[in-house]
Amino acid sequence: MFPQSKSTKLFLIATIVIIILIGLGSYTYFNTKITTKQHLIVSTTTSLYETGLLDILKVEFEKQHPSINVSFISQGTGLAIQTAMRGDADMILVHDPARELKFLQDGYGVNRKVVAYNFFVIAGPSNDPANVRGLSPTEAFTKIKEAGEMNSAIWVSRGDDSGTHAKEKRIWKAAEFDDTELRTMDWYLEAGAGMTATLRLTDEKNAYTLVDIGSYLNNYANGNIKLEIIVDAGKDTLNVYSAIANVPKKTEGSSLNFNASMKFIEFLVSDGVQQIFLDFGKDKFGKPLFNPYVKLLESGDKPELIQWMQDLAYFNGTECPSQYRYEGDYLYQIIHKELIIAHIVLDFQH
Amino acid sequence: MFETFIEAIHQAIILIWSGDPEVFSITLRSLYVSGLATLLSCLWGLPIALGLALSSFRGKKLIRGFFNAMLGVPTVALGLILYLLLSKSGPLGIFRLLYTPLGISIGQSLLITPIVVSFASSAIESVDVGVRDLARTLGASRFQTDLAVMHESTWGIILAIVASFSRAFAELGVAMMVGGNIRYVTRVLTTSIALETARGEIAFSIALTIILMIIVFSLTFIINFLRRT
Repeated sequence: MFPQSKSTKLFLIATIVIIILIGLGSYTYFNTKITTKQHLIVSTTTSLYETGLLDILKVEFEKQHPSINVSFISQGTGLAIQTAMRGDADMILVHDPARELKFLQDGYGVNRKVVAYNFFVIAGPSNDPANVRGLSPTEAFTKIKEAGEMNSAIWVSRGDDSGTHAKEKRIWKAAEFDDTELRTMDWYLEAGAGMTATLRLTDEKNAYTLVDIGSYLNNYANGNIKLEIIVDAGKDTLNVYSAIANVPKKTEGSSLNFNASMKFIEFLVSDGVQQIFLDFGKDKFGKPLFNPYVKLLESGDKPELIQWMQDLAYFNGTECPSQYRYEGDYLYQIIHKELIIAHIVLDFQH
Repeated sequence: MFETFIEAIHQAIILIWSGDPEVFSITLRSLYVSGLATLLSCLWGLPIALGLALSSFRGKKLIRGFFNAMLGVPTVALGLILYLLLSKSGPLGIFRLLYTPLGISIGQSLLITPIVVSFASSAIESVDVGVRDLARTLGASRFQTDLAVMHESTWGIILAIVASFSRAFAELGVAMMVGGNIRYVTRVLTTSIALETARGEIAFSIALTIILMIIVFSLTFIINFLRRT
């Protein structure tokens, strides 16, 4: 009934080849996947991820904590927070203080720590058609809008609800424009993409865009873009990255994930990693892509910058109000030492 | 522009030739994930195809129509639905399949099931009715007859399997949304191409694209070659 024809043999061969292929694949897969390890998922922003910094942090963290395997999911800040709210990530590493506060208030996150900072800049074509070089961000936005309406300039917005997009909306607001109105205009383009993709679009269109300095330097050095920095760093363009752990749930395994998240936050603010932030990109770009915040605070240099940071990214004078802390007070002790002393002195005086 | 493209291809060839371990592991993971997806879809797809081709019942046309319509299901749509289902706060969250390779495999297997069903059932149906009748007159049982018909349509079924594997291997939506493109865990060829392009690492993207295309084309080529001999 089933003759041993040539095609049957070939069918057998094909089957064997496929099985070998699958076997080979699964062998390497199970070799690389660490089944016994605790798995920590961090949802984070494209601006951090695309520079490659997190790959270095992963290696370092797993060296220090061999029992934990850390994975990064790179999304815009808006989606990153969503992912954590759904319980699909154990912690977030993002840059939008307003939405971070909401995340804490809604009861999803605890133990927020400010980790690093850099600045946003306005990148644009070298001939600067809107003539905004050297202006303040709000002035520049106003002039770009005016030039846009006369068809001599184009603005590209991230348009993806990311931290960068949030900052851009805030600057439009500070310049007293409504971004929902702006987006209907011809000179205002929405990329709806990550930072590098948005920069490339801006470059193609000879337009202006808001970009964090890390992504700008990275793409400029790679030859992806020819845009120049038209408006440089200032108080209004400060960009602050914070880490927040998900609230531990009373389900199986979650407390383990919470502990791993806390270890990762401790790791981010540790001396060694703060130094990594400072060194990352220095050799390639001449300056760091991300500046360590804890180091800045400890050194006490640049009090004006520290003040800016706290104006922007602190809630009620602290990086994490006490009602949003959970078994994490120790994270804040070093930094609050001076504050506590100041309070004691004040009490004495009263 | 042309020069950068040549330069990128040059870098890509070097990258492939030097056997970069990460490129290698991403490729193997892609083969594994989509291979498993193909295996799973055959598990339920081939019996459905057989049932559709060899028996007649009410509603058969409806089922056929359903699978034919599902041939064109957008991968992002399927990815989004699976993302919501598999999320920890979704109905299937307890299985913890989101952001795992197995999750991608299951998603891709659903994606390609219509291909397996439609292609395989057409192949089986196209076998000459004479084969069936001959087998019956030679005294074969119902099961033996079915085996004979299947045997005659072997190549058609293999083609259906290869086509579905290629589709799974080359799709992006499910792998990205269900897998999350986590390095060393769920990063496959298509998701790394998307990421490296977004990152501006064009040479790396081209290298991965070349690998993707070589595998898809050579698979089709091998099957065609075997079929002729």
